[in-house]
Amino acid sequence: MSPEYSGELRKKIEEVVARYPKKEAALLPVLHLVQNEVGFISPEEEKFVARVLGIKPMRVREVVSFYTMISPQPLGRYHVQACQNLSCHLAGSENLIDYLKSKLGIGVGETTPDKKFTLSTVECLGACEQAPCMMVNFDYYGQLDKDRIDQILDRLA
Amino acid sequence: MDDKVLTKGFDLKGLFEIEAYLQNGGYKAVEKALLGMTPSAVLEEVKKASLRGRGGAGFPAGVKWSFVPQNVDTPKYLCVNADEGEPGTFKDRYIMSHNPHLLLEGAIIASYAVGIHLALIYIRGEYEAVARRLENAITQAGERGYLGKNILGTGFDLEIIVHRGAGAYICGEETALLESIEGKRAYPRLKPPFPASVGLFQSPTVINNVETLSNVPFIILNGGEWFVEKGLPKDGGTRIFGVSGMVKKPGIYELPLGTNLRKIIFEYAGGMREGKELKAVIPGGMSAPVLKGDEIDLAMDFDSLARANSMLGSAAIIVIDKETPIFEVLKTVTRFYAHESCGQCTPCRIGTSWIDKIVQRIGQGKGEEDDLDTIIRLASNILGKTLCPLGDAAALPILSLCRKFRGELEGYLPR
Repeated sequence: MSPEYSGELRKKIEEVVARYPKKEAALLPVLHLVQNEVGFISPEEEKFVARVLGIKPMRVREVVSFYTMISPQPLGRYHVQACQNLSCHLAGSENLIDYLKSKLGIGVGETTPDKKFTLSTVECLGACEQAPCMMVNFDYYGQLDKDRIDQILDRLA
Repeated sequence: MDDKVLTKGFDLKGLFEIEAYLQNGGYKAVEKALLGMTPSAVLEEVKKASLRGRGGAGFPAGVKWSFVPQNVDTPKYLCVNADEGEPGTFKDRYIMSHNPHLLLEGAIIASYAVGIHLALIYIRGEYEAVARRLENAITQAGERGYLGKNILGTGFDLEIIVHRGAGAYICGEETALLESIEGKRAYPRLKPPFPASVGLFQSPTVINNVETLSNVPFIILNGGEWFVEKGLPKDGGTRIFGVSGMVKKPGIYELPLGTNLRKIIFEYAGGMREGKELKAVIPGGMSAPVLKGDEIDLAMDFDSLARANSMLGSAAIIVIDKETPIFEVLKTVTRFYAHESCGQCTPCRIGTSWIDKIVQRIGQGKGEEDDLDTIIRLASNILGKTLCPLGDAAALPILSLCRKFRGELEGYLPR
């Protein structure tokens, strides 16, 4: 069964594609749009995107499998992405990642059974002055410690 | 601080909105350039300014622009490198979120000088909030006639698109960035041909970093000579240093090029945090070879750091304290490059992950006597053997850590 996509999504895709001198340049922007609506990019979505842009599904797969922000699997409602790069590491991110694991009861790369949280580690979010930091979906949080993580996640729970 | 140029208006409320920007002299540089100067006069002024690229490589911007062939039938493009992935670097985020119109002004003037009608700002996907702010600024600039068709009645057209990346460090490499915009895996291209002649969609393309372009409006308003006086003869202007790690006041510090590194850490950034002592400094983003604590009496400019066998890179300073084992730094560096190697060139793909496996094994207490020599041999075999600078960017910091802190790292290995 082919997935249903909203008219709004199709309209947005059309607008984005029209702005580029070549259709295939809209591939990442379109993947972002589809992922925003569907939550992830499955082989069905890959085929849809390929059709829209007039390229082979294989081309889409190559790109989906290259970029870390395009997810081939469903994610939790809140995607917690803890930075583990150097400035955050110096500021104690390793302990905080352990804390996140025990608090959420999952390992890195896993999703809670209620599909609410996915935990990932990431390499430098470009907010090193606020280390240690993390992103929840697209929101940045810095100067983290256990209390602040509690505050942030408990508000979402 | 009178020395500030780029960050001067950052404390003005709502500067990211066009009303506030215009009230503070915004778009005056675009008016001056488009209404009063020929494209070649703009180019000459930027050349005179000795404006070197702020992304890492330090290539003179004016020279880069002049490499674009003038009389071609194909369209030309400007790509603004806002991928900012170099660990320790966060300056471009500040520029774009505090003063997005400044970047747009720089992009408009650069496009006018080179004859470009489509500019793409390639911004890392994580900076979604910043991307929205840029899009808002683009809409506002269009409404006021600074973007779009027939800008200020001059007949010059320019459209700017914000293009979101999707999480890949390699996209900061300029040809990888082009491949990424073209909707492909971000595999760097073999150079030459350089993007100035064969770039995006095989067309002549200028690629400049956010901070580089954001300097251009000031050069137009105050002249190239003024800009040189703000910095060094071959290296004009100020530099935004991003300081992070174990200092009291991490953040951005806009200072003249050539400012002493010790002064940046101990005066501007407030010195070490309570009870912490300095061990080492990475002076130009993670790719820059590490400096020991007693090697930091250095002028922060391209040439001085090159003489110290390190590099200014993105001017991101990461300060490491004595309590942090160098092994932890090495572990973070090797994991990062093994993760971010795009996989195209064998020495980098295999080399970085091989080194990472050795380092992980050492971390599990299973180090072998000759591990450090093996790491040095592997890293040396990446150096200079890859299409793009990522191979060197991985090898150089690994080599510097292993050589400068050999004694400490040998403590993890059996005798």
